[in-house]
Amino acid sequence: MKATIPQKRQGSGSRADARFQNIIVALASIVLMTALAYSVVLLLNGASAFGREGLGFVFGSNWDPANGHFQAFPFVAGTFFTAIGALVIAVPLALAASLFIAEYAPDWLANPVAYLIELLAAIPSVVYGLWGIFVLIPATLPFQKWIASSLGWASPIGPGLFSAMLLLAVMIIPFIAAISRDVIKLVPNDQREAAFALGATKWEVIRYAVLPYARAGILGGVILGLGRAIGETLAVTMVIGNANRFPDNLFSPTATMSSIIASNFGEASSPEFVSSLIGIGFVLFVVSLVVNFLARIVIAKLTPQGTV
Amino acid sequence: MKKLLIAGAVALTAVAFAQDGKSLTGAGASFPFPLYQEMFAQYNKTTGVQVNYQSVGSGAGRTQIIAQTVDFGASDAFMNDELLKTAPGAIVHVPMAVGAVVPVYNVPGAPDKMKFTGDVLAQIYLGKITKWNDAKIAKLNAGVKLPDLAIQAVYRSDGSGTTAIFVDYLSKVSSDWAGTVSKGPQSTVKWPVGVGGPQNAGVAGLVKQTSGAIGYVETVYAKANKLEYGLVRNTTGKYIDGGNLKEVALASDSKSLPNDTRVSFTNSDIGYPISGFTWILVYKEQKYGKRTAEQAKTLVDLLKWMLADGQKINEQLSYGQIDGSALTKAKKIVSSITYGGKAL
Repeated sequence: MKATIPQKRQGSGSRADARFQNIIVALASIVLMTALAYSVVLLLNGASAFGREGLGFVFGSNWDPANGHFQAFPFVAGTFFTAIGALVIAVPLALAASLFIAEYAPDWLANPVAYLIELLAAIPSVVYGLWGIFVLIPATLPFQKWIASSLGWASPIGPGLFSAMLLLAVMIIPFIAAISRDVIKLVPNDQREAAFALGATKWEVIRYAVLPYARAGILGGVILGLGRAIGETLAVTMVIGNANRFPDNLFSPTATMSSIIASNFGEASSPEFVSSLIGIGFVLFVVSLVVNFLARIVIAKLTPQGTV
Repeated sequence: MKKLLIAGAVALTAVAFAQDGKSLTGAGASFPFPLYQEMFAQYNKTTGVQVNYQSVGSGAGRTQIIAQTVDFGASDAFMNDELLKTAPGAIVHVPMAVGAVVPVYNVPGAPDKMKFTGDVLAQIYLGKITKWNDAKIAKLNAGVKLPDLAIQAVYRSDGSGTTAIFVDYLSKVSSDWAGTVSKGPQSTVKWPVGVGGPQNAGVAGLVKQTSGAIGYVETVYAKANKLEYGLVRNTTGKYIDGGNLKEVALASDSKSLPNDTRVSFTNSDIGYPISGFTWILVYKEQKYGKRTAEQAKTLVDLLKWMLADGQKINEQLSYGQIDGSALTKAKKIVSSITYGGKAL
């Protein structure tokens, strides 16, 4: 029995191999075709929006559906501001959390903390949104008011750009922290031991031996967080204040590309309105594509030689 | 495996059941969804007819009836002539309830049922009245001690029939609004000031949380969230309570109500001034596609019931009833529906 099985496997193996290859090529091309079809449909249905407004569709600021003006720059800007703001807040915190878990915390503490951080990633965005409205905004409003009054800005209401950044930061910390922790743990102990042997302090070990080695992986986590921040819809819609205009200051209500689509698609009545919303979908698609592409280049550049 | 077969058999029976004309599907407005849900549940109990309603928004309701993918659509805004022409057949509007939009506010120390006029509401939402102790508000509310507090205007961030009724009213009472923001019922506009909350619940939540906030919601949400709401002056100079459903129903009973009921009656000469119909949309000639006479009959029976026994549910759920001349006209519309040219 034992002798015949390998032979049989070899016999059917080459044919099975070819079949398997065909199947995975087919499956992989389905993914590719879906992405392609998706962008084509978005472009075709949104084309009339670009046709009417030209470059003004992306760079003009007058979004006034009641009077037939559809210029989406405030939302493009809103998406950029919220995503970048969220990263600025989240990256240091997430990195600190992952270093603590991987390098400092004893096992009995590291494991539960790591588990809790991963749990944060599984919370539905509607729950984050509600938490934003009922906990985060009331808790940070005095701080927002204090900053605004010291800078001479209009008094913040609560929902606005800053609240959205803060909420997004909380939402992406688990992604960045979980991935960073994994890659920091993957740094070979030889690296650390070598640095210690040279008399490095714990901080110097992290600074010169661990972080450079792990930076490509950490950046991958950051990119994943950025992707989520750009695409997040529901939670952002609930705390950003949804004004169709460029924000006056850090605390003003504004909107993002995904929030304006979610808010208006169901009731969009005129064909111009619908095509403009789909056009925004296309812009969002392109933005995500560019961000991912840039991220890949950066990761490739930062990956240390001789590692995976 | 056996379980799977049984499940499959059950599913097949359900499909077969659905095709025997004793089930209807509809889609559209979310505002009357709680009302329709209750109506259809009671109708199912008394007649056995299953009505499936998808609360997907008025816009989608109009699209789906034009595409003939549902037995009926539902919308808080009527279809204009241009849109009606895009449908493959004549569509009729049957009003099923009157909804009222009330101004809700959160002003420390202010009493419930403060008085507002359309002009004051428009100026608040235009950003021209910015403090609660503004002379224009104080004049309407003699004896009320109003704080020196900034007004935070709150609006619906999603496109909605509620917004359409509210801004339609503002454009009728304020030439400033009509000139700079919008004219007619618009489901979303470029708000000059304020913040947007999603859905009625989002607006109610923001108002509840923000000291100095004013918002607008359907009456039922003001009551459910225990928010203070204001009276609004109508053209006769009386301050009307939008929570009084008799006044809300009365608004539709205007002399100028057209026979097809496709009208916005905000700023009506009687009743509560910020109110509007919500309609069910059906084809006048029911013989289209693969529809059977029985299906058409089931639909018309449902509409008749909704205008008769069904209307008793309206007030229980804080919707205005279809009454008076509106009811007569609605019934006439339903009896004009035909199958193959014959009345049902």
